[in-house]
Amino acid sequence: MAGLFISQEHHEHPKWSNLAWVLSAILVFIIISGIFIFAFSQLQYHFNWSAIYKYKAKFIHGWLMTIIISLFSLVLSLFIGFFFAVGQQSRFLPYRMISKVYIEIIRGTPLLVQILIFFYVIGSAFHLNNRYVAGILILSFFAGAYVSEIIRAGIESIGKTQLETAKSLGFTKRDTYRYIIIPQVLKRIMPPLAGQFVSLVKDSSLLSIISVSEFTLNAQEVNSYTYSTLESYIPLAIGYFILTFPISMLTRYLERKFHYET
Amino acid sequence: MKLELSGITKTYEGQVVLDHVSVILDDIHAFVIIGPSGGGKTTLLRILAGLEYPDSGKVTIDGEEIQYHESWLRKYRKSIGMVFQSYNLFPHLSALRNITLPLELVHGMSRQDAEARAMELLERFQLKDHTYKKPIQLSGGQKQRVAIARAMAIKPKFLLLDEPTSALDPEFTSEVLDMIEELREEQKDLILVTHEMGFARQVADHVMFVAEGRVMEIGNAGEIFDAPKQGELKQFLDKVLKY
Repeated sequence: MAGLFISQEHHEHPKWSNLAWVLSAILVFIIISGIFIFAFSQLQYHFNWSAIYKYKAKFIHGWLMTIIISLFSLVLSLFIGFFFAVGQQSRFLPYRMISKVYIEIIRGTPLLVQILIFFYVIGSAFHLNNRYVAGILILSFFAGAYVSEIIRAGIESIGKTQLETAKSLGFTKRDTYRYIIIPQVLKRIMPPLAGQFVSLVKDSSLLSIISVSEFTLNAQEVNSYTYSTLESYIPLAIGYFILTFPISMLTRYLERKFHYET
Repeated sequence: MKLELSGITKTYEGQVVLDHVSVILDDIHAFVIIGPSGGGKTTLLRILAGLEYPDSGKVTIDGEEIQYHESWLRKYRKSIGMVFQSYNLFPHLSALRNITLPLELVHGMSRQDAEARAMELLERFQLKDHTYKKPIQLSGGQKQRVAIARAMAIKPKFLLLDEPTSALDPEFTSEVLDMIEELREEQKDLILVTHEMGFARQVADHVMFVAEGRVMEIGNAGEIFDAPKQGELKQFLDKVLKY
């Protein structure tokens, strides 16, 4: 019986029968739902979904706002990440230094603290009071540091030999970037960038602390109106998962695709 | 071609790789550089290719001195063909595109003309079936042949080949050597660093033995392989020809 679930080929591409897939899926479902059903039954909690249902417009509004904030932040973080990735390779020392300092500070401190300092200290000093704009900026600078590292790793993964070959063929620096480096870097960074976007969507929930009316804040508000904590937060989990799961699948697909292509 | 090296010296981090290398050779058609690994032969070839600057010394090819600064070298590199040990094809481009891209970008050819020239070379070297394949789909021998075709496509003044068969499985060595021999037969001048002594003897008109950063011995193929004078060369040949 156990043999059914163990792949005969144990290298890169294991294979199982359809029966094994179906049985495994049922098994996993039983285990996970079993744990949750048991845990919830111990809780003796009375779900009151009707109270929540009244606020469904609020959930949808918050969910859409999360998508909008994430999309804007994604685009902006790509520009920021690119700017500092170039900076990390720059021969102009101040540019190089600020890029490294930026990346280390952002990656080494909690987003929560960054949001508070950026909004209440830096934002107020520069009269940036629109919390949506501020939220997108903070999130973009946060994700930008990670994007920057992804791009840098992508550029470094292009072997020195290729740069040398381009040089020996007489390519200009511009043509080398345009025809040799960038096309390959773009392919290689797609999977980790998609993964970063998954994080970005979830990280946007922290903007609730500066009252950006995104998904999490709306769920919190519904909770405080109705005192139905689980009913407020379970849809929240599902809502984020609906956003992140397809991106996660896309990441896997891209990883497989480019693995064979390069 | 005429090659004149005078006092070429190169050091890496205090380590002398080339130590006052001086050579004058007239009428080169196939110049083979042999010697133990780490002896400086690849560095010498890279200096000839304009990929590395000598610390001091002069390189003169056909009466023209190589100027070691970027703007001059960029033009110079366009006029010569370089083949690397590890093929160095661009992995994201098909065999065809690997050949046509430099023709279009660097040599200003139209796409049509570039493709026509590339197809001619691919056909001639039995690579036509692989025209649209990416490097990952090619064997080592096929990759290196595409790389040689790429170097030939620009109609270089001469070809530089840095151990073109060293990274290959033995079964693919001969197809690459056959191709180089064919180029030799059609009078394309070449400078070749290799460990293939049998091949060196067959194609070379001049052979130079480089070890410890110096030219230990230089002569025609017969002199070098049949009547080596230096102890180092004798030892080297004994070792590489033992089996």
